[in-house]
Amino acid sequence: MAKVKNSAESVNGDRFKFEYAPAPEAIDMVKIKKENKLFINGKWVSGKSEKFFETINPANGEKLAELTEADAQDVDRAVKAARKAFNGEWSKISGKERGRYLFRIARIIQERSRELAVLETMDNGKPIKESRDFDVPQLAANFFYFAGWADKLEYLFNGKSVQPLGIAGQIIPWNFPLLMAAWKLAPALAAGNCVVLKPAETTSLTALLLTEIIEESGLPAGVVNVITGAGKTGAALVNHPDVDKIAFTGSTEVGKTIARSTVKSKKILTLELGGKSAHIVYEDAAIEQAVEAVVGGIYFNQGHVCCAGSRLLVEESIAPVFVHKLKHRMASLRVGDPLDKNTDIGAINSRSELDKIKKLVAAARNEGYEYFETAATALPEKGYFINPCFFNNVASSANICRREVFGPVLAIQTFRTPAEAIKKANDTAYGLAAGIWSEKGSKIHKTAAGLKAGVIWANTYNKFDPASPFGGYNESGWGREGGRHGLLSYVEVK
Amino acid sequence: MAGLNSTKLHVAKTIKLYISGAFPRTESGRSFPVYLFNSKKIYAHLCRASRKDLRNAVAAAKSAQAGWCGRSAYNRSQILYRMAEMMEGKRNEFIEIFVQTLGYSSAEANDVVEQAIDALVYYAGFADKFQQLIGAVNPVSGPHHNFTTPEAVGVVALICAEKFDFSRFVGQIAAITCSGNSTVVLLAQDGAAVLAPLAEVFATSDLPGGVINLLSGFAEELAPHLAGHMEIDSICLARNDENMRAAVKEDAVFNLKRIVDNPANELSLAQILQFVEYKTVWHPIGF
Repeated sequence: MAKVKNSAESVNGDRFKFEYAPAPEAIDMVKIKKENKLFINGKWVSGKSEKFFETINPANGEKLAELTEADAQDVDRAVKAARKAFNGEWSKISGKERGRYLFRIARIIQERSRELAVLETMDNGKPIKESRDFDVPQLAANFFYFAGWADKLEYLFNGKSVQPLGIAGQIIPWNFPLLMAAWKLAPALAAGNCVVLKPAETTSLTALLLTEIIEESGLPAGVVNVITGAGKTGAALVNHPDVDKIAFTGSTEVGKTIARSTVKSKKILTLELGGKSAHIVYEDAAIEQAVEAVVGGIYFNQGHVCCAGSRLLVEESIAPVFVHKLKHRMASLRVGDPLDKNTDIGAINSRSELDKIKKLVAAARNEGYEYFETAATALPEKGYFINPCFFNNVASSANICRREVFGPVLAIQTFRTPAEAIKKANDTAYGLAAGIWSEKGSKIHKTAAGLKAGVIWANTYNKFDPASPFGGYNESGWGREGGRHGLLSYVEVK
Repeated sequence: MAGLNSTKLHVAKTIKLYISGAFPRTESGRSFPVYLFNSKKIYAHLCRASRKDLRNAVAAAKSAQAGWCGRSAYNRSQILYRMAEMMEGKRNEFIEIFVQTLGYSSAEANDVVEQAIDALVYYAGFADKFQQLIGAVNPVSGPHHNFTTPEAVGVVALICAEKFDFSRFVGQIAAITCSGNSTVVLLAQDGAAVLAPLAEVFATSDLPGGVINLLSGFAEELAPHLAGHMEIDSICLARNDENMRAAVKEDAVFNLKRIVDNPANELSLAQILQFVEYKTVWHPIGF
């Protein structure tokens, strides 16, 4: 299908034509330092090599700040500081006190939530309504949840005692910079580990702001160390001999590299990797709700979500109606300034990610799959933006159906029986998440049991909670994060 | 006495592989000898499994896994307990092999069989309980029912330790299969003659064919093929050889197999949980 211009009109007719006034969020409360240092042993220090790299606002391409590129020497300093704290002060304080620090951090996060949300949107490109209503509340919730575990570890594993692993090297991605930092830091600290955290190179600013909050909480020096840099810095952390645990969230490709590089060590790994999650819609589903969830499932956070419902499996009998309703709903998605409170889809995080998405879309169009994209709003002239789109009637063998795009691109297939739906859903190297829509309980349970996925959303999608374990089967990674099961990833069971 | 060197003309048993509930010879036509303890007298010839035998075993394990996992936990428990009963009935056969091929005293051999039976009974009793001990209803914020259940990881390959430790590897097989996994077991050459009565225990316990597959052969030859096999989901690596472990772990990264490295020699909940995935299901609550 050809690209639909002003599709709000072409799909809806002229009956519903909404005008939106700009509703920009103020940025005056965010103070960004021009040059940012590393946080090692409780102090902000310069990198040994004094090399810097730029971080930009993807919504306009303008430079926000410069970040220190930590080298192997800086990584070594950070790991040594963590070891010193682990053997020293941190090991002497009680679980109750560890919990107190985490509770305190959670509260300061809430108090500075506006600042965190605005900076997250500026640094990452995600819509302010998401950083404000999802990322930052979840950030605080994760610290609150794990804070309460710190003095209850004797209940964590039946009949056994648990001990912290030691030094955790944590490498986090750019799609949910603050939330991923919380998923890593909060359980690690609750269990009594010390941490060296490396945020993604394109989204380090909020991690540094969170570090300021941690500093403000009075956490002992060396317990949390934060180093900035790209892949080389991450590799130095992974390969450091005194790191006991690596927790990585990112691509399956990098996850495999990390796994390979640690085979001769005793390092314990958790890997939260990619996905190509299937969203199954049965003919007896609540259609309007399912449409809404499918849209949220793939277009939330520009599709930069490891568990994005990037494959829609819709029962053949309702496929035409469903796809029509999907187009109708997509026609009112607003792509634009992430700081505008009316924006549904913000900026793609970087030029390279945008190029990658465009390339995959172009390749799928060349393969001839039915294509639809909406353009309810004109894309901003500056920055990295792309319209949400889907491909219909895609073959299971198609690249667009197998590769993780990590963008607002949906692949649609149909099925005739539940067995076929399950088979198609499982026809992937990944196994992170899946969605099921049906009004019949027994059908949902039977389908859920057949799906090889770690998180299954039935009659809902993209729900997250600190108490809910998250993580995948197969090539979506090793281990779980969140909840009691996530905390088990940070302890040794004795 | 099963040996070929016996003075009487016993009918010596050919020890074959155990794949998909059947007892095939290796397709390769190869064998290796097992000797009477401390002698050059041959006790029996064992099949030296090939890469193709291994692939057949994995295919059998893969096709049996969903059905085994789909059995009720109660039924899996019953079948594991039946294995213990069948092993009890073959106690003397096991003892004879341990005495003759490994030089155990009768008392030692008897203890070892006793421990293996204990392991089967222990995990038989766990098959319908570990779910309650590690599963959870998670108190999420919002109107959702959210629960986490453990689920078998799939096909698990067990590479046994070089030094024969019967109760340990029977315990590992039980820990792996009680949750609904199927397994391909690569026995060490040491003590490999035990394959015969052990396979007969599994074959007569109402265990569906393919859930447990036993291969005798050379780990150096087969481990790389096992590590790289795309239908294997997890490897239980009990082998001590550091170089082989590193190589297996590296090859296993190709499809991110779960590696259970150097599993503890104990009967415990933790041993079962090394071979499960956690599945978390959300559903809204409302009218």
